[in-house]
Amino acid sequence: MMPLLTTKGLSRNFGGLRAVDNVDFALMPGEIRAVIGPNGAGKTTFVSLISGRIQPSSGMIVFDGADITNLPAYARVRLGVAYTFQITSVFANLSAYDNVALPVQRTLTDGRSKDAVKAGVMAALERTGLADRAHMPAGQLSYGHQRLLEVAMGLALKPRLLILDEPTQGLADSEIDNFITLVREIAKSATVLLIEHNMPVVMQLADRITVFNAGKILAEGTPEQIRENAEVQEAYLGTAP
Amino acid sequence: MSEASPAKAYALHLGVIALLFVLSFLLPEYYHGLLARIMVLAVFAMGYNMLFGYVGLLSLGHAMFFAAGLYGAGLAVIQLGWSVPAAFAAGLACGAVLALVIGVLALRTTGVAFMIVTMMFAQVFYLLILYFAAWTGGDQGMVVPQPSRVLTFGATALDLTNPTVRYMTALGLFSLVLLVTLAIVRSRYGRVLVAIRENEERTKMLGYDTFSNKLIAVVISGTICAASGAAYALLFGYVGSSFASVQYSILPLLWVLLGGAATTLGALIGTLFMYYVIDITSGFTSAYLLIVGVALILLVLFFPKGILGSIRQRWLGWLP
Repeated sequence: MMPLLTTKGLSRNFGGLRAVDNVDFALMPGEIRAVIGPNGAGKTTFVSLISGRIQPSSGMIVFDGADITNLPAYARVRLGVAYTFQITSVFANLSAYDNVALPVQRTLTDGRSKDAVKAGVMAALERTGLADRAHMPAGQLSYGHQRLLEVAMGLALKPRLLILDEPTQGLADSEIDNFITLVREIAKSATVLLIEHNMPVVMQLADRITVFNAGKILAEGTPEQIRENAEVQEAYLGTAP
Repeated sequence: MSEASPAKAYALHLGVIALLFVLSFLLPEYYHGLLARIMVLAVFAMGYNMLFGYVGLLSLGHAMFFAAGLYGAGLAVIQLGWSVPAAFAAGLACGAVLALVIGVLALRTTGVAFMIVTMMFAQVFYLLILYFAAWTGGDQGMVVPQPSRVLTFGATALDLTNPTVRYMTALGLFSLVLLVTLAIVRSRYGRVLVAIRENEERTKMLGYDTFSNKLIAVVISGTICAASGAAYALLFGYVGSSFASVQYSILPLLWVLLGGAATTLGALIGTLFMYYVIDITSGFTSAYLLIVGVALILLVLFFPKGILGSIRQRWLGWLP
């Protein structure tokens, strides 16, 4: 099977700092991949390179067989690479409905009917459990609901690859359980790339885990393999086991 | 922006248009003429609001789009002897082309740099008008001769210098632009513009090419302002370089801020308010600009979102 996404020798320097250092990475269609690593390991920079929010210093990104290294971010979104932000950045002054209508109306190809937008928006809001809050300004939603709205916007793009940057940050435990169910459901129709600090979430969700450290891939494997990996333990705990 | 209450919004706008229509028969002569002028300038403000209010781009150079329409239409009549409709179309075309060129160049910047770049381009435009005085009349300006300001439909001729015809033509243009603006801001495109204003980076990550969307908005805005300028030349018969000066870039900003940025009717209310405050205060004292200044400061202090913006925030959330 051909990978959905590959990077070859991907690097990004910020001044003298190599935030992402020569990374070769492959992601299979349909998998849930978690990216973990200590703070400053380059995880967010790495997914920002994939989504096109920042340009690589060198290297290549291939999505579904096509070289997307030089495509602007919006064009990558249109190919099916969706990114949800680490820091919640919903449109606070727009209603939840309008927030989701933005991605929905762009993906509609069948015409200009208002009903189609409405149906698409309500479907995405219902999947995330926000349907009854459709007309509240997004800024007045609780933090957890804003995170869910962010996911609803990502979903509404009908992505083939959904990048979730620390989606459970700031969520209550009860909300996290619902979130895990939601991601499992999303994974039926899309590949999921997940940056996450919450280890129980990672262990429950991920098919495979990639560990970053100092801009490089330190290890990659199934949750069990990563749990047993001595180098990973050292990176996280700072001591040899 | 929400999909709710379209009927209310359209009813309100049609009501305002009907009120302006009725006022034509009630107002004394002086205010009749003043209101016609205000409606034409409110079109200028609506064009400005399109970009400033909805996309969040603060331009300090919109006088050039107004002047492009003014001179485009005026020169077409005076130098080329074109008919009124053809001259109006020429004014629109000048504004649209200028907006496209300026948009491509100026949209490479944002924020303060965008303000400075648009202001510089407008100054260049102003100086060009003075430089080509042989055609433009320089700082003296030009008068559009009365006989050429007649709109003919077959056998009927409408004299645009007749006060009632002038008022109704101004109202016609105002109504058209008001309804077009309302339709745009309620459309999906309007939703994208507001999204760009709120968070451009996020809008890109929803798959929107924000540069193209902003460029289209600049062209729409510039064309509406040019329509106002062209109508001004044809209805009031004067084409002058002062309309291209920096003052006429600041005025629409003030009108829109007063009336309420990102409100469709704010442009009219702001223009009306400013004109009447100047009109009333200048009757009492020669220091009327002082009073205007105090009124502006009080408004900004107590109604920072403008008259209509504050009303929307406090009472009528459905206002478009």
